[in-house]
Amino acid sequence: MRPLKIIVLAKQVPDTRHVGPDAMKPDGTVNRGKLATVFNPDDLHALELALNIKDRIPGTQVTILTMGPQKAADIIREGYYRGVDDGIMISDRRFGGADTLATSYTIVQAIKKIADYDLIVGGRQAIDGDTAQVGPQCADKLNIPQVTYVEEVLEIREDKIIARRRLETGVETVSAPFPCLMTVHGSSPNCRSRKAKNVMQYKYARTKTELRSADETMLSLHEKRPYLTIPEWSVEDIEADLRKIGLAGSPTKVKSVSSIVFTANESKVLTDSDSDIEGMIKELIKHHTIG
Amino acid sequence: MKSVFVYCEVENKKVAEISQELLSAGKRLAEKLGCPLEAMLFGKDLNGIESQISPYGVDKLFISDDERLEPYTTLPHAALAYKILKQQDPQIVLFGATSVGRDLAPRLASKLNCGLTADTTILDIGDHFVKKEKKEYTNLLYAIRPAFGGSIMANIINWDMHPQMATVREGVMKKEIIDANYKTEVVSINANEVVKDEDFVIEIIERHIEESDVNLKDAPIIVAGGYGVGSKENFDLLKNLANILGGEVGGSRAAVDAGFIEHNRQIGQTGTTVRPKLYIAAGISGAIQHTAGMQEASMIISINNDPDAPINSLADYVITGDLAVVLPKMIKYYKENAK
Repeated sequence: MRPLKIIVLAKQVPDTRHVGPDAMKPDGTVNRGKLATVFNPDDLHALELALNIKDRIPGTQVTILTMGPQKAADIIREGYYRGVDDGIMISDRRFGGADTLATSYTIVQAIKKIADYDLIVGGRQAIDGDTAQVGPQCADKLNIPQVTYVEEVLEIREDKIIARRRLETGVETVSAPFPCLMTVHGSSPNCRSRKAKNVMQYKYARTKTELRSADETMLSLHEKRPYLTIPEWSVEDIEADLRKIGLAGSPTKVKSVSSIVFTANESKVLTDSDSDIEGMIKELIKHHTIG
Repeated sequence: MKSVFVYCEVENKKVAEISQELLSAGKRLAEKLGCPLEAMLFGKDLNGIESQISPYGVDKLFISDDERLEPYTTLPHAALAYKILKQQDPQIVLFGATSVGRDLAPRLASKLNCGLTADTTILDIGDHFVKKEKKEYTNLLYAIRPAFGGSIMANIINWDMHPQMATVREGVMKKEIIDANYKTEVVSINANEVVKDEDFVIEIIERHIEESDVNLKDAPIIVAGGYGVGSKENFDLLKNLANILGGEVGGSRAAVDAGFIEHNRQIGQTGTTVRPKLYIAAGISGAIQHTAGMQEASMIISINNDPDAPINSLADYVITGDLAVVLPKMIKYYKENAK
């Protein structure tokens, strides 16, 4: 079987699953800055799917691609720790404020620069927006087929890949030709842990921007080991059209945001005593709620 | 003329529940805008299918009936929908937030270069003033959705790149038949003229769809358990009560994640949205994730050890106590008092 070239799309997201009291502002809204950032959970599943193919087909090349502020370089380092071959960071202030349409345009410009790929994988959706849109939008712009909600890759042949999809009410096995794009469902296997050897090798991996504030030792290390410098692509590097990126390229805008506030009900407070419960049941029957 | 458009899902000659909900939601928007409601539907053996669509007040229905269009695959449906939307140029397009709608809508939004809001739970029409352009845009779609893990509701609008598209969560829009004999103009589209052979590159090898025997949405009474139920075995207490009351059992995300109850019984933002006559919440603390999917129940009973559980503020009856004591007593007194 021929080795594949795989691109993993991954995103750094605020951890919306754990919104603690310290992350709430006095007015009851979420303070985004207070939330920890994490590797988007579904994207970790996508990373595992890619690394698993690399295990199966030696010589397979896995490249991790992320877009975000400088802090998102953590995603690339995490990818290295777990076994990717290359990492590329798309970072430029002008990309900020992008919705899914502008994001997919930006990512596709970067993929076109990479040019050579058989398979693109990403998580089904990111927990900061839960939209599940960027994957299919990238597939459209690349004019390649998409296979969403992949749970397992069953078979890889010379010219096609066979995978099982997880739908709401069941499963579906499909075959897709290369090149194609897959989004990976959270029911697929969890990502392997970091390898100590990889951590040792890549812990000093930095982007150019990060190196600006680095000391001499770090700079000379990067001179000796150029592989530690994470490629960082700007608007110019990917030849992006300014009208199609960031806020300008985003049709959807947030008009307003409201915190969810519950209007308290007049509740009857009961104990678990027989008389309380019998009384309640009788009321429910009387009002035809039950019975 | 500008219209509101709905993409309908069909399988085995039956129009999906979510699509019927969308047609009703679309009709309400169309009435506010004073414009027609249009729909499209692609599948096989669709003879007479319009009888399931017309009653919702659809003015024009585009049908493509072809063996190869069912089960759904992305590219053929995208090609047909793109062709129709380009030609009809609607103002608003709605899809179900289902595995089909969430696969198709983003691909189409990219093709049409337009905005798409995911997982909306409220749709409305309103205006927006754009400061930069010093211009008031009227009659825009307000696509309102829970965001940020359910802690906020965001109103998403799109004033410059049309159509305005949204996927809508299942079970949140009320179905409403307008007129059983509503006159719908049916337009038949030959898939061969629109879909290219290479659009059929994805081959479905095998398919297992379980007809769900769980119908939470239509259940008049729901007995739901949370993490506080403690075990799979304890859920039997809930099942017993549900059986006797003629209701269904549901669970919070935490209970499903803990393996106490099946995934298809999950209630909340990432499960089913329900509005039963009676909702009994046992051992549920009431994370927004959950309450967003049940707060419209007519009556809510909360059974919890914790007198300060957030869900209690929504409840009509708050029973502070152990559910293992309370549930059997409810069964006992129901049996004694019901006719």
